[in-house]
Amino acid sequence: MAEPLLRIENLSLRREGYEILRRVNLTVQPGEVHGLLGLNGSGKSSLAYTLMGCAGYAPDEGRIWFAGQDITRLSITERARLGLTLAWQEPARFEGLPVGAYLALGARDADPSRIAAALEAVALPPAVYLKRPVNHALSGGERKRIELASVFAMRPKLAILDEPDSGVDTLTLGDIAALVRRMADQGTAVLLITHRDEMLAVADTASLMCQGTVVFSGSPDETRAFYGRRCRPHGEAFGAQPWPLAERVALAVGVDDIGR
Amino acid sequence: MTTDKTPHRPIAPAPGWAAEYEALLEAYSQAGGDPSVLRAPKAATLVVSANRVLAANEVPGVNFDAETLPDGVRARIAVEPGAQIERPVHLCFGMLPAEGVQRIEADYEIGAGARVEFIAHCTFPNALRLKHIMDARIHVGPGATMQYRESHYHGPHGGIEVLPKAQVTVDAGGRFFTSFNLVQGRVGRLEFDYDVRVAEYGVAEMSTKAYGQGDDHLRVNETLHLDGEGARGLTKTRIAVRDAAVSEVYTTAEGNAPAARGHMDCTEIVRDAAIARNTPIVLVRNDRAQVTHEASIGAVNHKELETLMARGLDEDAAVDVIIRGMLVSD
Repeated sequence: MAEPLLRIENLSLRREGYEILRRVNLTVQPGEVHGLLGLNGSGKSSLAYTLMGCAGYAPDEGRIWFAGQDITRLSITERARLGLTLAWQEPARFEGLPVGAYLALGARDADPSRIAAALEAVALPPAVYLKRPVNHALSGGERKRIELASVFAMRPKLAILDEPDSGVDTLTLGDIAALVRRMADQGTAVLLITHRDEMLAVADTASLMCQGTVVFSGSPDETRAFYGRRCRPHGEAFGAQPWPLAERVALAVGVDDIGR
Repeated sequence: MTTDKTPHRPIAPAPGWAAEYEALLEAYSQAGGDPSVLRAPKAATLVVSANRVLAANEVPGVNFDAETLPDGVRARIAVEPGAQIERPVHLCFGMLPAEGVQRIEADYEIGAGARVEFIAHCTFPNALRLKHIMDARIHVGPGATMQYRESHYHGPHGGIEVLPKAQVTVDAGGRFFTSFNLVQGRVGRLEFDYDVRVAEYGVAEMSTKAYGQGDDHLRVNETLHLDGEGARGLTKTRIAVRDAAVSEVYTTAEGNAPAARGHMDCTEIVRDAAIARNTPIVLVRNDRAQVTHEASIGAVNHKELETLMARGLDEDAAVDVIIRGMLVSD
């Protein structure tokens, strides 16, 4: 197997006294779509922010290797310039910044035809959207698609997509799944955080997060099955949320040492 | 307010003006302006460099009068009652030297029922120790509509003082819209002072945008007197300050008549060691009037910043994109 594009080693993060990530280990290969599953609060988005280097998400332990380089202490900008980017679950708004200019800011090729093509890739007509500001007048679904177009135009080595399917209509879901596949076919690996089977269908591999750590990695089918068998009954197994200690999670999912 | 009906005398351009005119237009172009609008024969234009009128092109319905002052120009700009001026009237005020004073005393008389838009360009590309004083009296007649958009370019040095002051009177049913933009080049010291009185069913909207850097100091003073029944007014202030810049915004809205409606909206972004202060004053003298205000002063939105950095922009560039976006938004 080729050297992983992304290798996460024993990554741990505490915030405000809470253990958010616990010795996370994960690899993503170049050009693959890697699905990341898990219940709400399992640490998926926190892992995404930590990988991107967001403020307040500096890990307490562990290492992040990207394209053969230790990026654990690099800034967001430095990581982005190495080819790593993130599409937030709730994209930011930019008052006064036209969609076309926003896409061009990070695009590998800011030629207007490429920018228009990126919008078309998310099924947004360029004639309608290029000059519109990325502001409150856009719906949540439109902003999510523009966020994806921005990542697509950037053509990074690895795109972390945090629930690109949430808040979008069913028809759009197919467009987004196709775009994720297209990104991978063009050489961008994708770490795809999702709850949707339709999205997982385009993944090559997948992992399951539980209680702040990765408890299973395998094919999408294996991971989905593991998720359904072991994770969904958590409420019955352990009673009311918040979840119990990780040792009890380990018991439930049948592994001796979570994160290994 | 000047209301005399003395015969109008066309302005003769100052002698030897051509080279200075071209240099001013070049500076204007470098500041991002389109000099062709100042040459368009069908548009009214008035170009003043220091205390010299370099060009004055009138169109039917728009008359200019000007006299030279030791340190500037006194101008009267009149729009005839009922005139509907199709193209914007372009006013260009500037100085090419690095030092000096330019004082513009301007009377705007917008006749009843007239409609006109002014675009004022103020260009001081080499300012090192320069003062630009604008003292305007604006009268918007009954049922008239006046738009006045003023943009500044000050060059990179910050050695300029800008003191725009206006006393505005909006008659019954009149409409006055003004915007002031100082987002290109350094601000220097800005003392913006507009006082607007609005009669019954008149409308006044003021938008002020500025971007202070270095040791720039911005003081914005806007007062709306909603004196007539049904008068409406809005102030919209967008300020960004970074480095060691200081901004002080004082907005006052008075609801002095039945059904008067006023709103003040101020957003400021602060970075580094800059300081922003906002003082809204709401004064209501009639129990059927209503005046509201909202103000937000804070840092650059964190998610916006991180999103742009995740696309490869460094922090400074990302902040600049966000601030300029706020300053150009409606």
